[in-house]
Amino acid sequence: MNYLNKIYTYTKGYGRVYFFSSLAVFGATIFSLLSPLIIKYIIDIIIQNSSISDSYFERSMNFLVGKSLLNTGVLLFTFAVFQGTCLYFKGKLSSIASESMVKSIKDKLYTQLQNVKYNYFNKIETGDLLQRCTSDVETIRKFLAIQLVEVVNIILMITIIFFILINLNLKLSMIVLSIVPLMFVFSLYFFIVVKKHFKISDEAEASLSTVLQENIHGVRVVKAFASEDLEIKKFQSSNKHYSDVTYKLIQLFACYWPISSFFSFLQMGLVLFLGIKWAVAGSVTIGTVIAFGMYVRHLDFPVRNLGRVLSDFGKAAISFERIEEILNNETDFDENEELKKPKIRGKIVFKDVKFSYIDKPVLDGVSFNLDIGETLGILGPTGSGKSSLIHLIVRLYDYDSGSIKIDDIELKEIDKKWLRKNIGLVLQETFLFAKNVKENIGITKKTLDDQDIFAAAKTASIHEGILSFKEGYKTQIGEKGVSLSGGQKQRIAIARTIINDHKILIFDDSLSAVDIETDALIRQELKKKHSSSTTIIISHRISSIMNSDKIMILEDGKISDYGTHDQLKNRDGLYKRILKIQEDGMKEGIL
Amino acid sequence: MIESINKKSSINIMKNVLLFLKPFKGKIAVIFISIIIISGLEAYLPVMQKIAIDDFILRGSTQGINLFLMKYMGISMSLLILIYVFISFGGKVEMALVYSLREKAFEKLQYQSFSYFDTNADGWIMARMTSDITKIGEIVAWGFVDMIWSIGFLSGILIMMFKLNYKLALVLIFLLPILIAISIYFQTKILRTQRDVRKINSLISGAYNEGILGAKTSKVLVNEEKNTHAFENLTSRMNRISVRAAMITALYLPMIIGLNSIGLVAVLGIGNNFILNEIISIGTLVLFINYTIMFFDPIKEFSRVFSEMQSAHASFERVLELIHSDLEIKDSKEIVEKYGDICEKKIHNWEKIDGHVEFKNVNFGYHNGEPILENFNLKISSGETIALVGETGSGKSTIVNLACRFYEPTDGSVLIDGIDYRERSQSWLHNNLGYVLQTPHLFSGSIKDNISYGKREATFEEIIGAAKLVKAHDFIVNFTHGYDTEVGEGGNNLSTGQKQLISFARAILKNPSIFILDEATSSIDAESEKVIQDATDILLHGRTSFIIAHRLSTIINADRILVIKDGKILEEGNHGFLMGKKGAYFTLYTRQFTQDEESKLMS
Repeated sequence: MNYLNKIYTYTKGYGRVYFFSSLAVFGATIFSLLSPLIIKYIIDIIIQNSSISDSYFERSMNFLVGKSLLNTGVLLFTFAVFQGTCLYFKGKLSSIASESMVKSIKDKLYTQLQNVKYNYFNKIETGDLLQRCTSDVETIRKFLAIQLVEVVNIILMITIIFFILINLNLKLSMIVLSIVPLMFVFSLYFFIVVKKHFKISDEAEASLSTVLQENIHGVRVVKAFASEDLEIKKFQSSNKHYSDVTYKLIQLFACYWPISSFFSFLQMGLVLFLGIKWAVAGSVTIGTVIAFGMYVRHLDFPVRNLGRVLSDFGKAAISFERIEEILNNETDFDENEELKKPKIRGKIVFKDVKFSYIDKPVLDGVSFNLDIGETLGILGPTGSGKSSLIHLIVRLYDYDSGSIKIDDIELKEIDKKWLRKNIGLVLQETFLFAKNVKENIGITKKTLDDQDIFAAAKTASIHEGILSFKEGYKTQIGEKGVSLSGGQKQRIAIARTIINDHKILIFDDSLSAVDIETDALIRQELKKKHSSSTTIIISHRISSIMNSDKIMILEDGKISDYGTHDQLKNRDGLYKRILKIQEDGMKEGIL
Repeated sequence: MIESINKKSSINIMKNVLLFLKPFKGKIAVIFISIIIISGLEAYLPVMQKIAIDDFILRGSTQGINLFLMKYMGISMSLLILIYVFISFGGKVEMALVYSLREKAFEKLQYQSFSYFDTNADGWIMARMTSDITKIGEIVAWGFVDMIWSIGFLSGILIMMFKLNYKLALVLIFLLPILIAISIYFQTKILRTQRDVRKINSLISGAYNEGILGAKTSKVLVNEEKNTHAFENLTSRMNRISVRAAMITALYLPMIIGLNSIGLVAVLGIGNNFILNEIISIGTLVLFINYTIMFFDPIKEFSRVFSEMQSAHASFERVLELIHSDLEIKDSKEIVEKYGDICEKKIHNWEKIDGHVEFKNVNFGYHNGEPILENFNLKISSGETIALVGETGSGKSTIVNLACRFYEPTDGSVLIDGIDYRERSQSWLHNNLGYVLQTPHLFSGSIKDNISYGKREATFEEIIGAAKLVKAHDFIVNFTHGYDTEVGEGGNNLSTGQKQLISFARAILKNPSIFILDEATSSIDAESEKVIQDATDILLHGRTSFIIAHRLSTIINADRILVIKDGKILEEGNHGFLMGKKGAYFTLYTRQFTQDEESKLMS
């Protein structure tokens, strides 16, 4: 029941739409259920000329249209128009309400994913998250747009029919309506049972897809091993399995439909049999028998459907929970917090910074100073804490103890977005957006200025490369576009960052896929254009960092050595060992 | 113009549908007959009410009511049985059709040559094999049934009406074309807006996907607000289109109800007159009223199926395109006769392969692309190990692809043991091939299944032998289920190194005459590295081998190194010789050496 509350919170702001929508549902139901009564009136009173009974309906009909068929016809048509109008508004309003709610759920989810804390993405599985954002939201949409309205509609209809029938003839209605609970329970039971079989069929379909996927994906292996015949056999067996279990499912429905139809036939049979008996005896009129027949037909589908809809109700609850789980995660930004937005010049000071991630120490007392315009090279084995160190600078994580100051202001006092806007960080993993090259490079810009974009691309040594594509800067990136090499992607990512004038630039191993000559060229260009920027370069390559003002060797979260190239090359340690390899390489070559 | 093409393809598709349905002729006949009877009986059911009114109530007697009840029960029971029969048979036809379409298409894919998979994305093929075929099954099994039912039911009603009173029936006949026109218009429109909704929905899914994968990047670029704004634009568009779609649906029903009630009023008015003049009975009028109300159901059904068929048409076209696609590499009739094809290999006729491979004046380019190889010549003797080095796109993979006959030369020939391989079946060569991919591809199933993938008749001892040879045995027996351990989808339960070793074992079990190794570029942990190196040495021993080489030790040990650039052999010789030349190979080697050593230190 808790999730009903949750749904209620989502309906906020659409109260009026929902109110009118309910009104429309009510109206449509009433008007549609009145026509059998009018027909009864025509048959009994107008055609057969019987006397008006003292039922409220017949008296008001008599008052309204008298015994004129023309008037009654006009009334019938008018009611149909009312019914149609109500139906139209029911459809329109309920879709406005449900679609708007769904939109707000979707927007909320997306905004949450944009603003959730950085480490959230280390924990999640993309596929699962995507599933929640798409199929779970769809389940909720169906619930709001179709099922909820349907259930209200069905219950309303059953209640009204119930009252009308009882007023028409108590005895007949008691007998006929006794079938309704049976029908309902049976269909509810069936749809709960059949769920299991749906799942089996879905699983069989999934494993069929797996065989297919593996085959298409591994076509090279299949051909090279001349295993096409084996693959055909494999596919045949899962194809067969899927066919078999799905056929079983259909078979269940083949049983369901006749059984539930049996109840309807039974109902109709009772109306006919008892109707004849009692009409002949004179205790009911022909019109009553006819109206009963119509109402029973009206009931048939809603009652069967109620079982189906109710059996699906649980699904929406689960989907709601799964979505709430996403929304409950802590976000990166606190709206209420007033933080500083100082002008960033580029001085960075680390003082005994300690940081651990999921109880594992990552940085263990790191201290260093970097003056405005200086370049720092960082070298260290995988897992030594290099990336974490720079993630701290842009507050993707916050340090546990010690202090980091930028221009003498403690980092925790600076607004996160402000900080990130003023620091250019190129991440280790390159992610480009499914837009064209130009839009990707200018992604942080409000307007795309060719001059800026070309300049950034030139600095990143990718301008010529882009021009060599058939569609140049308009080349689409991503699934539907060209496949870029790792080096090309990295250079576009660099261009996208340096297009802004940052006072601090950080490259997290972001030239690893670029060859050594281009690497050097890019660094040279950067130095020319961004000479006043403080720069941090993380690299596996000695050549990338040896010209830095300062070089830091990071091992196991600690600075194991610090100095300039000339100082480090003579000291025993990682730096010297790597240098030696380079020399060995040359020697080996000569040998 | 377009219409005539459509018509032609429609006829073509109908022919094909009939072809696929031929095996189920009997069942379809049963479905057809039962649905006709069902629609007839359903159209007759309201007559029971007329009988009740005219023959019993108005007569004021219950005489003969037992017979009446038996008739009603008879009709009901027949309907129940027939409903069961048609659903059950319909399910059979649906599943059988889906099964046979998938089977046909999959077989075609197995015969299909490599170029097909280059030009058609995996996702495209998957969609044809799954959703398109599902849709075809649904429309053929249930769509046609619904259509027959609606035609039958409508005809039943019309026949009854005309039989009872043709003047009154004519009143309703006037409504028929209007109802049909409106229904088809709306159903088509509804389907179209649904398609728009789906399209934009997939854009939203794409945006979520990008939002999740690119979340870190967006944070660093402080692009959250811009992204959110773009996303909200998408959902607003979705909102508009969905509401519009709902409104079209919401408009359809009221129009039908309005038209229906006009019919109803007309029937009542005229019917009343007829009753006064004693032309028809009250029962007949009631029957007409009921028919007027029911009239609409079959029309709605009919137009729904009608519009769905248009979209199923496209599905069918795509699936047929796959099933009837041309094969780029195809063994001739004579060759299939002598050497068999992939499903029926005539191994007893196959000549043993020694392993001489020769490229003779080979020209090659991928479909309409620029030429990759031009007048390429290469001679490899049996047992020789060839290392191919060079940059990405230099043509190394193309040489291997041609040697494996994954592609055939556009000009010139590739000779295996002096015979043009086009004079033998594809399986003949592939059966003698050992292939290890850069990124190992395993299939769901047990480790045992995966090792014996190329040699299913292998005994368990042979499998263990192969695993031992490449030093995979130890880690395999360490699993609780040993060789029966499930490797998971794509082998994901195993580490990359383990997958690599199993793919080695899989290749060596075949005891191939020609061996292809596409070495992994990224290095794995030092320990696995050593094991894989040893496995490689064992594999290469005494076989003609092509290696797309990245590991220095592999390159150094090769009998001959080919430095490939722009589809040409730039330098050729063994390691010592090429180093001495101080050319391209020398540069490549020193750079690779430095990088290898650096990354060793760094990991």
